[in-house]
Amino acid sequence: MSHERLEHHEAEATDRAMFGFWLYLMTDLLMFAILFGVYAVLHGNAIGGEEGRHLFSLPLALTETLLLLTSSFTCGLGMIAARLGKKKQVLTWFGVTFVLGLAFLLLEIDEFVKLIDEGQTPQLNAFMSSFFTLLGTHGLHITIGLLWIAATLGYIMKRGLNHHMVRKLAMLSLFWHFLDIVWIFIFTIVYMGAFV
Amino acid sequence: MVPLVADFALLLWLFLRGKNIALFNPKGYIAQQQYTLMLWVVYVLLMIGIPSLVLFYYIAWKYRETSPKAVVTLHHRRSKALVPVMWIIPSIFGLIIAGYLIPATHKLAPQKEIEASVDSMRIQVISLRWKWLFLYPEEGVASVNFVQIPENRPVTFEMTADEAPMGSFWIPNLGGQLYTMTKHVNRLNLMAETRGDYPGSTPEITGPGFTGQKFTARVSSQAEFDSWVSATESSGVVLSMDEYEGLVEPSQNNPKAFYAGYDEDLYATVIAKYNQPGTGHIHTEAKTEEESDEGHSHTH
Amino acid sequence: MKELLIGKLTWESLPHQWWTIAGSLSFIFLGLIVAGILTYTKRWKWLWNEWLTSVDPKKIGIMYFIAGGGMLLRGGLDAVMLWLQQALSSGDSHGYLNAQHFQEIFTAHGNIMVFFVAMAFIFGLINYIVPLQIGARDLASPLMNTLGFWLFVGGIVMVNMFFFFGGEYAATGWLAVQPLAGAEFSPGAGVDYWVWSLMISGIGTTLGAINFIMTILKMRAPGMTLMKMPLFTWGSLYSMVMALTIFPLLSMTLFLVYFDRALGTHFFTTMGGGDPMLYTNLIWMWGHPEVYVLVIPAYGLFSEVVSTFSRKPIASYTSAVVGMFGVASLALSVWLHHFFTMGAGANVNAFFGVMTTFVAIPTAVLVFNWIATMYGGRIRFETPMLWFLGFGFVFALGGISGVMLAVPPVDFQLHNSLFLVAHFHSTVIGGVLFGIFCAISYWWPKFTGFRLNERLGRYAFWAWIIGFNLSFIPMYILGFMGASRRLDHYDAETGWQPLFILMFIGGLVIMLGVALQLAQIIASFIEKKRLRTNNDPWDGRSLEWAAASPPSFYNFTTIPHAATRDAYWAIKKSHNRKTQYEDIHMPKSTGVGIYISLFATLASFAFVWHIIWLIVVSILGIIVTFIVRAFDENTEYTIPAAKVKKMEEARAKKEKAGPAIENNDYDEDMGLWELIKVILGFILGLLRNRGWRRWRA
Repeated sequence: MSHERLEHHEAEATDRAMFGFWLYLMTDLLMFAILFGVYAVLHGNAIGGEEGRHLFSLPLALTETLLLLTSSFTCGLGMIAARLGKKKQVLTWFGVTFVLGLAFLLLEIDEFVKLIDEGQTPQLNAFMSSFFTLLGTHGLHITIGLLWIAATLGYIMKRGLNHHMVRKLAMLSLFWHFLDIVWIFIFTIVYMGAFV
Repeated sequence: MVPLVADFALLLWLFLRGKNIALFNPKGYIAQQQYTLMLWVVYVLLMIGIPSLVLFYYIAWKYRETSPKAVVTLHHRRSKALVPVMWIIPSIFGLIIAGYLIPATHKLAPQKEIEASVDSMRIQVISLRWKWLFLYPEEGVASVNFVQIPENRPVTFEMTADEAPMGSFWIPNLGGQLYTMTKHVNRLNLMAETRGDYPGSTPEITGPGFTGQKFTARVSSQAEFDSWVSATESSGVVLSMDEYEGLVEPSQNNPKAFYAGYDEDLYATVIAKYNQPGTGHIHTEAKTEEESDEGHSHTH
Repeated sequence: MKELLIGKLTWESLPHQWWTIAGSLSFIFLGLIVAGILTYTKRWKWLWNEWLTSVDPKKIGIMYFIAGGGMLLRGGLDAVMLWLQQALSSGDSHGYLNAQHFQEIFTAHGNIMVFFVAMAFIFGLINYIVPLQIGARDLASPLMNTLGFWLFVGGIVMVNMFFFFGGEYAATGWLAVQPLAGAEFSPGAGVDYWVWSLMISGIGTTLGAINFIMTILKMRAPGMTLMKMPLFTWGSLYSMVMALTIFPLLSMTLFLVYFDRALGTHFFTTMGGGDPMLYTNLIWMWGHPEVYVLVIPAYGLFSEVVSTFSRKPIASYTSAVVGMFGVASLALSVWLHHFFTMGAGANVNAFFGVMTTFVAIPTAVLVFNWIATMYGGRIRFETPMLWFLGFGFVFALGGISGVMLAVPPVDFQLHNSLFLVAHFHSTVIGGVLFGIFCAISYWWPKFTGFRLNERLGRYAFWAWIIGFNLSFIPMYILGFMGASRRLDHYDAETGWQPLFILMFIGGLVIMLGVALQLAQIIASFIEKKRLRTNNDPWDGRSLEWAAASPPSFYNFTTIPHAATRDAYWAIKKSHNRKTQYEDIHMPKSTGVGIYISLFATLASFAFVWHIIWLIVVSILGIIVTFIVRAFDENTEYTIPAAKVKKMEEARAKKEKAGPAIENNDYDEDMGLWELIKVILGFILGLLRNRGWRRWRA
């Protein structure tokens, strides 16, 4: 098999994989759409508990938003480095992304713990159930993203930055940006919506 | 083939003779209109369905390979009219049905009150596990698994449920069904036109006892209805809140029961219960059959 | 301590009712027989290497068929049990099932027939046929495909697991209506089995959908533009796009149901501000299009069968493509017609009623298109065509009753009645099941290299048609009489019993049809030498007929060029077929699908019984397997052109050496009596210990 045809075969495979990943992201988006819909229907049913504006802190939510937005930016920088084949920069930028994502996650967990301490548990009412599930699902995605970053960086350190890794990074960054977009919706609908 | 179909039809006819084919035997204002509408829809559908089916099998048979007149050389020419005709004919039928459907849906909306020369009456319905409780707010009486209504008088059934899954209230001879659920009130308007006893059921599954969650709807004259009310009033048993708590307990195949009176706030309490915080007291385990056989002592 | 170790499991969870003992014993017995045969014939390794770890869509397709066939028998047994109960249980008699058990059976029947029979066969067909039809060698993501299949198998395991642990399946109707299926009213493990069985098979479906959309859009043979694709491929594409849209919705809804049940949240509960009506909407937003996921590939298939057996191209290809699109897109916006009776306003009901009525328009166009295709053709009535003709009548019945149900005021009377049950059985049996039978008899020669016994196939067809009418016409009438669905008992005064008995007899005739289909397959295997066919027995039109029968694992030696619609028809006419050998890339077999699915099934089991440590271990297992696989860069291999040439020549030589292909008469096909004699002879031979040698020779 000629080198040229092999390359063509690889390019086709990458093209397909990216297309498939977009399709996967669409299914994920639909799952979030359901959760947003459920939240929209149920968020008024705060039976026996506080309403959102007494529970949420806008500064906290804004901090979380900034963390995620910045991480999206560093992720983008990492991707540029990956395309240029600069291994060290890739490790740095994605490392920063990892740290920012982790910080976000810790803030979110902290918020959850505080709510539960106040008795605002997911079992309290439909509002809390839908709130925890929507944010929890996003948080779970962030966790998966962090695991993914860690695994990819580990393999890059071991095997170097080959085209397989660049493809993996491209998917990873798509995933990360996607989570960022979902968060913007959460910020708008859940946090800002509570204060309107 | 033909004798087989004829025998089958004959058999069905024998089985159906003298039976209550409820949907073809409407005894109420709404059921009558729903029946007429159903027939109309069927006629329209058969107008396109029968010719299409006949054509389907006729063409298949006519162009069979074993036919002596089978086409030897196939010509793939097709008429220019084919595609437009193929799309336009079903579209016309679709539009006819849609055009009829929209006003009919508004006219026969279950929430819509029926206009009649007599005042309408209200009956509150609570779906329980697994029985129907009927409250007559104007008359002050209540009954289980039995509802009596006067003929030719519009009735609004205000329906909810208590500690029971989503159910459905259906008296096929009088009109179509509507769901019952906790926290919500669904209004079903019916008007009976012929006296008689008609079966009512719960066609939506509500758990182990749902087959036995049946009731009788008795349609009588206004005078007979009034005397039934006064007989019930004098029967003495009152549906107190405690008594009601007993009724809420799951039980199967319950007999009819009648109550001379009930707590005024009962219906409002049942609805408000689900807007309160906390988990309420929901029974986590369905009663077994032995327990349910005890039934209720307060029968008429 | 006990709770930490085995969660909510107790001694009482082990089989103790007659049906769980019977069920678990028959599964164990079946497993032992299979294991015995595999050990005796030393085929464990072969099974693992050639089948279980295979990523060949053709093999996965066949495994789907086997699983679906088994589940058809299981779901069919459920149906007979339901019919028998209803035939017996009138007046003083209460039949032989209690209410709870009866309700579990119809729930399981619905789940199994939709998820593990219809979906199995549709996915099997898409797996086997679509790559061949588009001239591809394999799928866009073979791993995703095997994973999807094994998750589907995990779903089957979970739907049957209650026989072994718990003894209770959901008793809530096939879509587990809320709040009935909540922890308040259904505290047992049954609904959890329902949730997790659908969850893992549903995730498998989503993966399959992603994979097939990629495959169809990105891997078509050169020259095959979208508007040159065979209609079955079109149907599959629509079906998969719909699946991709709705299955995430199902998964999320199931998660919420599980949260309500296990964690005590308030999504669909009556208390705490939950909203059961929200669930009804969500589940039907998935549930209605799901039926079309099943039936649209069948529409595509029928279009091809009619065209092949009339020896004509489809009358209007564009109308078929647009018609299927119309059905698919309208089907996404009609879900509310499943609950007109929940109390929505007249405007909402009217809108969804009109949309539902409009679904009938493109459907009718498809039917007219088939009639126009038959017009002026030369029609052969072999079994695939018979199933199509049977479909016409049954589906018309389903269509007419469907439009009746679409009119809200009429629906108030017919909803939740046996009329409704008869309606959807007409559409699903007529459209999906007959479609599957049609497809299997049509493509059987492609799967195996020999055709099916025609004589027994006809018997089976007529048994199905007669049985269907005997059981479902009375069902329609019972609906008119006010009989609601899911009745385990009814009063004698209703006078329904003769009709229920008729339904039961019809059910037996259908079972006879199934038995005849099994006999047909057995008889065909016995006579497979005589029934041998070439690669193109029906004078087919699309590319799957260009491949050998059965196709080599790489499908095509040379990727065909699809210059026109009915590409193979054109290739046959041009007589310009030269073979060029080239290097072929193929994916390697992998056990990753099985491993992940095994962990997923364990996790599901642990979720059902709240066994925390097992949940953690299984999910870690999934993550680790996934990461290891994701960074495996060595998943393909190349077959050099020279080796391909050698294999092809060996194959041609073998074919030449084999018996000649006879164009024999269908009347010579083995009849039922002959088959019984052969089987009896074989068993007698076995008893005399001679059969084994003959069988293996």
